[in-house]
Amino acid sequence: MTTVLSTHGLFAHYGDFQALYGVDTELHQGEAVALIGANGAGKSTFLRSIMGLLPVAREMVRLNGEPVGGTATDRMVQKGVAIVPEGRRLFTGMSVEDNLRVAVDQAARVGAKGGWTLPRLHQLFPILKEKARTQVQSLSGGQQQMVAIGRALLCQPRVLLCDEISLGLAPKVIREIYAALPEIRATGTAMIVVEQDVGLARSASDRLYCMLEGRVTLTGKSADVTREQIGKAYFGAGHGVV
Amino acid sequence: MEWFDALVQGILLGGMYAQYALGMALMFGVMRIVNISHGDLVILLSLIGISIATAWGLGPLPVLIVLVPLAVLMGWVLQKAVLNRVVGSDPLPSLIATFGLSIALQNLMLQIWSANSRSLPGHGLESQSIEIGGIYVGLLPLIVLAVATGLTWGLDLMLKRTRFGRALRAASADVEAAAMTGINPRAVYAMATAAAVGILGFAAVFQALRSTVAPADGPAQLIYAFEAVIIGGMGAIWGAFIGSMVLGISQAIGFRIDPGFGVLAGHIVFLIMLATRPQGLFGKASQ
Repeated sequence: MTTVLSTHGLFAHYGDFQALYGVDTELHQGEAVALIGANGAGKSTFLRSIMGLLPVAREMVRLNGEPVGGTATDRMVQKGVAIVPEGRRLFTGMSVEDNLRVAVDQAARVGAKGGWTLPRLHQLFPILKEKARTQVQSLSGGQQQMVAIGRALLCQPRVLLCDEISLGLAPKVIREIYAALPEIRATGTAMIVVEQDVGLARSASDRLYCMLEGRVTLTGKSADVTREQIGKAYFGAGHGVV
Repeated sequence: MEWFDALVQGILLGGMYAQYALGMALMFGVMRIVNISHGDLVILLSLIGISIATAWGLGPLPVLIVLVPLAVLMGWVLQKAVLNRVVGSDPLPSLIATFGLSIALQNLMLQIWSANSRSLPGHGLESQSIEIGGIYVGLLPLIVLAVATGLTWGLDLMLKRTRFGRALRAASADVEAAAMTGINPRAVYAMATAAAVGILGFAAVFQALRSTVAPADGPAQLIYAFEAVIIGGMGAIWGAFIGSMVLGISQAIGFRIDPGFGVLAGHIVFLIMLATRPQGLFGKASQ
């Protein structure tokens, strides 16, 4: 199995505060990996470090074997890594279509090849076509999340990082959004899905990593790990009950 | 008739202010970079234009053709060398850096051109006028207004319809999210400042044609540009144009009331605007 993205003893700091303590992970071609853990475990920091939003050493992150740690965010996107950021981070004051076209423009600028086009995205999330002219800030949370996912897909990623895409959404909407993930995976895009909801994370992934206080405390096939194992890894020793 | 004349003169004066304000609308209104050296750049470009005209015996149009590309280059260098180092969510570093640049530019200009007032010879263009509906209107102010309208239209279209415009709006809305979408914000900002200072190239030629310029004149132009952008509303390109008209008309009517009251009238209208509608005519109230 080919490894597309891997981290090697990843350390990251916010100023003097150390957030990650030597995280080793790997993501294989076409695979979906879930990253679970409590608030403050370092999940978002992990994704931000990969995207070049935090200073990390070059050797700590590899993309297709090439050391890329600390590469500028826009260069990481060009190399085929896109992120659906926590809190969606849409371009307010711009329409749905313009938000998406920003990604189309940049992919065209750097000649990124991939299967995602606006019509294809409209098939995946039909509401985005209907709301094309609407300003993004007047959309519902679920619709905004679809724009954020669409924007990331239009960057034509080979690796897609999803940061808490279910956060603050109604269960029905969460199901709708997670139903789109298999179709995204079918294009050969590998995924890291950061998720608070352990059940959701397990069902949407092949493997999972559990983080606690900046370290990986459990890794294994999502179908094989037991609730007890996850409970221990999630809360630390002595908190074995989920 | 006298007041109608004041209104027309005000609109024409607004055309000049719009040329200052457009670059400011782009840098301050869209990118949130406070460029205190805005007016000094106009004066610097004017003085360079006057020197070029004198040295090579060029008319206004050839000077414009030489000056605008030079202004674009100056803007690009300004962003790459100075502003990209200080740009961020905090407007204070860019304010301080450009305040320093403003003082340096004024002294540099004083050193090179001395404190004398100069103007660009218009070869009769500045004194021609045409009669419209019983009032005489200067040809030069009409050209200034037409150019200002064209520049506003072009800049607005560029922001709304082009790849560069979308990238710039995205970077202004959320610079980190823009980078996550593959935009290199610094490259986009460098192009935007190049466009903003390029527009000042037009303003510089017309300012030197219709009036005189001296090295210390910059700050006054800066104030007019700021006022126009704030009256119009941050981020609204046509807003800056309309804001310039409001400022021009206020000053022209003020002049009719009392010749000493003109500039002050503009400031008073600006202050009333700031007190009653701080988001400006076309700006959105902040959430």
